[in-house]
Amino acid sequence: MRIPIGRKVITYLLLILAAFLIFTPTLMAVVMSFMTNQDIMTGSLPSAFSLDNYRRAFEQFPLLHYLINSFLISIIIMIGQLVLASLAAYAFVFLEFKGRDFLFYLFIATMMVPFEASIIPNFHTIRDLGWIDQYTGLTVPFFAMAFGTFLLRQNFKQIPKELREASQIAGMGDVKFYLTVVLPVAKTSLITLGVYGFLTSWNMYLWPLLATTNDNVRTVQIGLRQLQSQEQMNDWGVIMAGAVIVIIPTLILLFLGQKKLQRGLTEGALK
Amino acid sequence: MSYIELKDITKSYHAGNNILEEIDLTIEKGEFFVLVGPSGSGKSTLLRMIAGLEEVTGGILKMDEKIVNHLQPKDRNLSMVFQNYALYPHLSVEQNILFGLKAKKISKTEQQKRLKETAEMMGLSDLLGRKPRQLSGGQRQRVALARSVVSEAPLCLMDEPLSNLDAKLRAQMRVEIRRLQKQLGLTLIYVTHDQVEAMTMGDRIMVLNDGKIQQVGKPITLYNEPANLFVASFIGSPKMNIGRAEIKEAPGLLVNNTLAFSADARLQEALEVHKDIVVGIRPEHIQPATHYEATHSLEVVNVEQLGNETSLALDVGGELWTAKWPGQWEIETGHLLEVYISQEHLSFFDAQTEKLIRPASFSGHGEVQAI
Repeated sequence: MRIPIGRKVITYLLLILAAFLIFTPTLMAVVMSFMTNQDIMTGSLPSAFSLDNYRRAFEQFPLLHYLINSFLISIIIMIGQLVLASLAAYAFVFLEFKGRDFLFYLFIATMMVPFEASIIPNFHTIRDLGWIDQYTGLTVPFFAMAFGTFLLRQNFKQIPKELREASQIAGMGDVKFYLTVVLPVAKTSLITLGVYGFLTSWNMYLWPLLATTNDNVRTVQIGLRQLQSQEQMNDWGVIMAGAVIVIIPTLILLFLGQKKLQRGLTEGALK
Repeated sequence: MSYIELKDITKSYHAGNNILEEIDLTIEKGEFFVLVGPSGSGKSTLLRMIAGLEEVTGGILKMDEKIVNHLQPKDRNLSMVFQNYALYPHLSVEQNILFGLKAKKISKTEQQKRLKETAEMMGLSDLLGRKPRQLSGGQRQRVALARSVVSEAPLCLMDEPLSNLDAKLRAQMRVEIRRLQKQLGLTLIYVTHDQVEAMTMGDRIMVLNDGKIQQVGKPITLYNEPANLFVASFIGSPKMNIGRAEIKEAPGLLVNNTLAFSADARLQEALEVHKDIVVGIRPEHIQPATHYEATHSLEVVNVEQLGNETSLALDVGGELWTAKWPGQWEIETGHLLEVYISQEHLSFFDAQTEKLIRPASFSGHGEVQAI
């Protein structure tokens, strides 16, 4: 399709404007993180480029430690979710047992309960287990994931059941079939779910706030919040530097994930 | 020696609603056995029961003299080819072929030996590194067959393996499968809804409808002496012409209130016990009145020129009958056409029970030519 040049120009101008509007806060954060405190306070344009804010973010606070915590917790949650959701989805698709569909709908129904509603019972549970200030308390409550099970079930359902039957005739058990056929075939969905799980955990705020009391296990999101209220006068430059560091993994994952996803989508094409 | 034996096999998913009923059957070693029937007749279910993928509700299933009702599919020593080929999309052709052998923990050298032999036999040697999506339909079909061959199981089950191929390729694969089966001495149970496949490939055919066996026998027997109206109209292409018959005093027999036939005393007697009678006649037995004197004249509704033969649609008392004449004929539609129909080509069926009363007496001698 050929678009007249005039319309093309207008369309692109509008797109650039919209992109600029949406991206402005992020852009401001990035710019501010490189500005001196003085420039920020006076509201002037940046007069000098400095990495001072970044240096101070790491010096004044255990930012690196927070980052490692966040990373560990997100990875553990992601792996836990992938393992549990894929196993549950396998059972819902390939194993036949009484009440399977009922159980599945019950599973789905839990998606309607908001996380905030279950936060108090969850807190009681991990407190009674003595998991406060522990990685287990921060990760285990998120392993079971109705959405992930649902997503993977829909994906596994696309796998022709003849594949299972052929492997049955070849003498392959459920575990081996799950590992050698289902997981590789559903790779795309697993990656999608993994990225989703990782980012959700990375950006989690409320739960880590409740389940931690000391800096040892705190995640970076809580750390950011601490930056803000430490002093009377907020050191915006440092806060912005912290925020920029925090969004880097998200961006990396999105870029990498997108590439992988596109490849995965085309690879799965089979008549 | 009977290799597979089914005794009074039934299958139902809900109590009282049988999908398969009273299936009694024996299949010999090395036989090419075809299960044929319209969709929903239960033929695939029966095959899957033999494979062990579906539970047997009632009856006994024996293989090699042993009862296998509750045996796992892997312990039945068989291979299966599926309609959609069931190739693993993420594995290469080589890995697909060796998939079953790896699961059975067969030694690497043996695996490679069998792979080489099979790939050569199936003409897949150059494609071993490819993924299924890079193959054409016929090549995928070959991979599925190779997977079955490489397992060296004595029994092979095929569930409509050719229905995803185009007509040309299907004809070619028919021959290839047949040759492969003879070459390897396989016992093959083949499910299809295509009666041409059944006729051309099977040593024996079983026709299934609504979960009941209609008839088991050699293809030619089914064609010449169909046990009932269903088999008569299912086997053969174009299908057998069916017409309602009345017994009249003077001429003998009147079909569809149009065609009169003389009936001798023996036939009269045989038909007397049945109230309603249906007659069937194969399209090739409505013949041109060139060598014989015309017995009837019928209106031509449509003419199809196929080159080697001519297919005519004729109006017989309001119903369309098909006639198949060898060669090329110039016939105009709408005209009355002189034809020769012999009474001895008629098959007689009871309209109520739909069972065969008397097969066409011509068949059996003179039709099949042995060399």
